[in-house]
Amino acid sequence: MDRRHLLASGAALGATSTLILPTRLLAAAGPLKVGVILPRSGVQAGIGQDCQRGVDIAAPILKAMGMPDLQILSGDTESKVETARSTAEKLIGEGAQLLIGAFDSGQTTAIAQVAEQKGVPLVINIAAAPQITEQGYKFVFRNFPTAGTILANAFEQQNAIFKQVGDAPKTVVFMHVNDTFGTAMAGGIGKLMPKFNVPYKVVETIPYDPRARDLSVEISKAKASGAEALLCVSRLNDAILLTREMIKQRWTPKAVMSMGPGWYEDQYLKTLGKYSDGPLTFSPWYDPKKKLSQTLVAAMAKSFPGVNLNTNHVFTFEALLVAADAYKRAGSSDPKALAEAIRKTNIADNSSMGPGIMFNAKGQNDKVVDGAVQNVGGKQVVVQPEASAIAKPIWPMPAYDKR
Amino acid sequence: MSGGLYLNVAVSGLLTGLIYGLSALGLSVIFGVIRIVNFAHGEMMVLGMFATLVLFRALGIDPLLSLPLVAAALFAFGYLLQDLVVRRVAHLADHMQFLLMASIAVMLISVCLMLFGPDAQNAQVSYGFDSFAIGPLLVDKVRVYAGAAALVVSGLLFAFFHYTPTGKAIRACGDNYTGALVVGLNVRRLYALTFGIGTACLGAAGAIMLLLVDVHPYLGPSYTLLAFIIVIIGGMGSLPGALLGGILIGVSEALAGVILQPSLKSAFSFGLLILVLLVRPQGLLGKVAR
Repeated sequence: MDRRHLLASGAALGATSTLILPTRLLAAAGPLKVGVILPRSGVQAGIGQDCQRGVDIAAPILKAMGMPDLQILSGDTESKVETARSTAEKLIGEGAQLLIGAFDSGQTTAIAQVAEQKGVPLVINIAAAPQITEQGYKFVFRNFPTAGTILANAFEQQNAIFKQVGDAPKTVVFMHVNDTFGTAMAGGIGKLMPKFNVPYKVVETIPYDPRARDLSVEISKAKASGAEALLCVSRLNDAILLTREMIKQRWTPKAVMSMGPGWYEDQYLKTLGKYSDGPLTFSPWYDPKKKLSQTLVAAMAKSFPGVNLNTNHVFTFEALLVAADAYKRAGSSDPKALAEAIRKTNIADNSSMGPGIMFNAKGQNDKVVDGAVQNVGGKQVVVQPEASAIAKPIWPMPAYDKR
Repeated sequence: MSGGLYLNVAVSGLLTGLIYGLSALGLSVIFGVIRIVNFAHGEMMVLGMFATLVLFRALGIDPLLSLPLVAAALFAFGYLLQDLVVRRVAHLADHMQFLLMASIAVMLISVCLMLFGPDAQNAQVSYGFDSFAIGPLLVDKVRVYAGAAALVVSGLLFAFFHYTPTGKAIRACGDNYTGALVVGLNVRRLYALTFGIGTACLGAAGAIMLLLVDVHPYLGPSYTLLAFIIVIIGGMGSLPGALLGGILIGVSEALAGVILQPSLKSAFSFGLLILVLLVRPQGLLGKVAR
């Protein structure tokens, strides 16, 4: 072998090593320890456990995508802010090298403070309160739209639907939960609505406690407002209570337009059966036309028969994807290296709507967009944006007493 | 706002209040006689709700029809709990009794969580979405049935305590423990019966409540708190007071939701509680402690 061949072979070996070395190093370092913090018990237990399904289906899919192994350390917020904080501290103490969580904005805010203080990256799966990524944090990343983006997308898509069906409500009653998320959304509506030229006017705003035992008064008030449609930001149990009361009080608005969880969830569909059809949800969702979405749908059907893929599964899975992808590129579990790698994330082959997963200087994926999803025949059907839609919206909502 | 709205809301609040009152009766019965504050009150009602759910799902029994069965099961549970466990701490300081009942509450939550999972579940009856229309008044059928059942159960309870020898003996124990012992009453058995009757009330309330509220293991604490508000307003240990307190809370919460803000409903209940504590600390129908 002459000198030229030796140099060429050396260069080739070097290049190959550059590609192989991180994987070898990662294999030697072992799986990345990821603390997944969710409200697994307490009032949000149902949704927390639904998010967990996104974790349960992840390992084989990530492996097929060529991602390194993750070791999951599970944490429970008990649906409480103070427990969220102590759970984050506990998991970091137990060796978690990256945190994921925690569905609820209040709880996520507490975890973000701990993550930043300890210098451990946090990838938020679901939480929309804008202030979380407005604090100048270096270790906090969110692949989920903020309340402002959710609302902006919602108003755009509502206008698109009104145009599509050739009709629009002139008045709406706005009902919202009075927790961190609901209050942030309510604040955003006041600021953003005038910019989007929506055709309706809010005739009454009704805030309520998400833990309320009874929402009959709220619906009586909403019905008495004479509004043509219901605009709402709710959670799961209250969405079920609101629907029951609308049926009992014989009020079918022209449309139920939700801008939060609850109305699209499997438990809502199962509990209310035929009465679950009709509500439109403007929410972060998966693009049914993307390849990864189809993989996730198949994985859910296999692991959890009868459970439809939803926002909770998709965004929790994507948080794990971000973690695995960053670990692969960083070649290290060093928190700073991981945070730096997350900052440079560019995953186009994802599931949620929008061009892919990437973060701005604040750690926010500002490219992720919402979808408009309507419950039809016990399934969630994407009706907007047009590029992702698989059906046209049913308008107006079928009357409850004629089902 | 129209008069129809207020009427609808007031009637709905009244019916809901009757059910609240029935659930609070259980707390009042136990405290009125045994002088133990049942901090596992809400969890025992949740146990009744789950028992009703099991009967509904396994045998298709309507919650209102399963009410006697669930009440009987909870009676047996309460009787044994008092006789085997609670009796043994009755002589200890109040905080020890509190710890015992709080521990039982945590255990009940854990058992329900293991058996039924964290999700909210309900019994979907055929009349679950129906309502009666009387002029401008639209009344939820489930609430009407539930309110009527609460009235019947409360009536039976009053009759038992006032017209049966056992009921009178239980009241005698509550009025004068030493005197009851002196005249030869079997206080241990009567206390167990009382605790059983208290928990049977919770079983009955649970069966009715399942028609209105989805059950999940964490539902208990909010109902414990609600029952405390009701019995303190109505008068600790007073059976009519518990029913009156329930109705007051049901109606005032409902009207506060319309007149003020729905999110202020709970604040209004607590406001009422503070007012009663300041003006009439023994409760509306309670007796001054001697």
